[in-house]
Amino acid sequence: MKVGILSGKGGTGKTTVSASLAAVVPSCQYIDCDVEEPNGAIFLKPELKEKSPVKVLVPEIDMTKCNFCGLCAKACQFNAIAVVKDKVLVFPEICHHCGACKIACPNDAILEVERTIGVVEANEDGTFLQGKLDVGEPISIPIINELKKHIKEDRFVILDCPPGASCAVVNSIEGCDYCVLIAEPTPFGLHDIKIAVQLVKNMGIPFGVVLNKASNDNRSIHHFCQSEGIEILIEIPFSKEIAEGYSKGILPVEINDLWNEKFKKLYEKIEGGAHK
Amino acid sequence: MKQIVFISGKGGTGKSTLVSSLSLLVQNKMLADCDVEAPNLHILLQGEILKKRDFFGAKEAVIDSSACIKCGLCRKTCRFDAISEEFEIKPMKCEGCGACTLVCPQNAIKLEEVKTGETYVSNTSRGTFSHALLDIGAEGSGRLVTEVRKNVNAYKKDEEWLLIDGSPGIGCVVIASITGTDAVVVVSEPTKSGQSDLERVLGVAKHFGVPAFVCINKYNLNLKVTSEIEEYCENNGYPVIGKIPFEPSIVKALQEFKTPIEAGNKVITNEIKNLWARLVDEVENLKKA
Repeated sequence: MKVGILSGKGGTGKTTVSASLAAVVPSCQYIDCDVEEPNGAIFLKPELKEKSPVKVLVPEIDMTKCNFCGLCAKACQFNAIAVVKDKVLVFPEICHHCGACKIACPNDAILEVERTIGVVEANEDGTFLQGKLDVGEPISIPIINELKKHIKEDRFVILDCPPGASCAVVNSIEGCDYCVLIAEPTPFGLHDIKIAVQLVKNMGIPFGVVLNKASNDNRSIHHFCQSEGIEILIEIPFSKEIAEGYSKGILPVEINDLWNEKFKKLYEKIEGGAHK
Repeated sequence: MKQIVFISGKGGTGKSTLVSSLSLLVQNKMLADCDVEAPNLHILLQGEILKKRDFFGAKEAVIDSSACIKCGLCRKTCRFDAISEEFEIKPMKCEGCGACTLVCPQNAIKLEEVKTGETYVSNTSRGTFSHALLDIGAEGSGRLVTEVRKNVNAYKKDEEWLLIDGSPGIGCVVIASITGTDAVVVVSEPTKSGQSDLERVLGVAKHFGVPAFVCINKYNLNLKVTSEIEEYCENNGYPVIGKIPFEPSIVKALQEFKTPIEAGNKVITNEIKNLWARLVDEVENLKKA
């Protein structure tokens, strides 16, 4: 089964929860879909042996055939091609690799060439995978899609998602059997968890909430979940010990056996929640 | 108007808290929130919306089923798996590229503009504020950011500064937030994740030629990583313009929708004042150079 871990807001503990699950669930697969800023490897410390570049197709103009008619630029919805007088300018970074320009060209003057935008890295048995967008590249979706091709369907698969609520998150959690939403009890956290809840509801994926940095001072997430009928799967209290561990790349489950038990319980609840 | 954008690479390092604190200290400025997916600055600014507009930032294919002969050319052409076997468009998958419209022999497919979010211009006690909210799961967050920045230009008077609250990450949203600004301030934290993310996001600023400065937030959480970050910044020419300590009272103040400044935290208020003074100096020096 496939479980997406998301939050809306950044820095709420997606990677802490994802990596902790990966540490306690036997023979699972962990996939870091936050390809802009992947952090799972810092905690799980895999030996990354397999590295394959992620390539996309971008246009290249055969100037011997081009007659500057401008149909390619007109077809491109992303302004990635401009035709000016006797020049064709291609902006490969903003190209969406759709091939519309090639179809539109009446002179067969457009070739498609491969361009690397990032990398997918894995450990030897493919139980740890991460994607990395090259610095300066805007479009991350092809890397997420490439990562998802390596999903081991017979395993418990943990997908550590990017923050936000845009197409990158949609692509990451698409096809998931269950989602875990990480919330923190602050006005910001409450605002953003509502966005994440709406996203998974729109996509029809069953879900539950993990309340991180829980404190008695603020019960806003409890109240929200109660009024919406959302289950809080586990609570992780705010703790200096956990925060210090995190800063060094150490998971709660490595600090204390209590956390081991707690995350095993989370695993059982996810299994139960997905099969409801 | 000098534009300063606060980004972080990693989320949750304190961008919005810092920007809203600065909004109390800096005079004669506008504000913008370019984190359009999970915007938070409006929660602390609590302004009054002057102008609200729907934003149509993407296109989507629409198939006229009465003209469709189910030849399958569109499905074959689409690289995003956005057309179902029943020849229906999957909205979450369609990139709006229009490749299908070009191959349809019946001319049965058209691109239509779709709403991807809302933009707002608000009046706040701390200045005019441009912000937006992306529709949940929508495409084109970068374009919505560009619209937020266009609204700044439309509503600016003679403000000296623009403070932009950015988003986490290094992709299209961050690129749209930082291009053409005068300086980037990366709000980092002394964790292994924060350190790794800082280095990547500084790379993005460098790639687009925007001068970058670093603020280490919650620096006392791990002094060893803080000194590693300082060393990295020094070796790579990124001035560290502020170090803000972690204090539980900040979290408590935020629970009451208050910045550390409004909560009367003197140490942090001073640190943020110094950070701004240093940044003003640095931006002046850039202008001279």
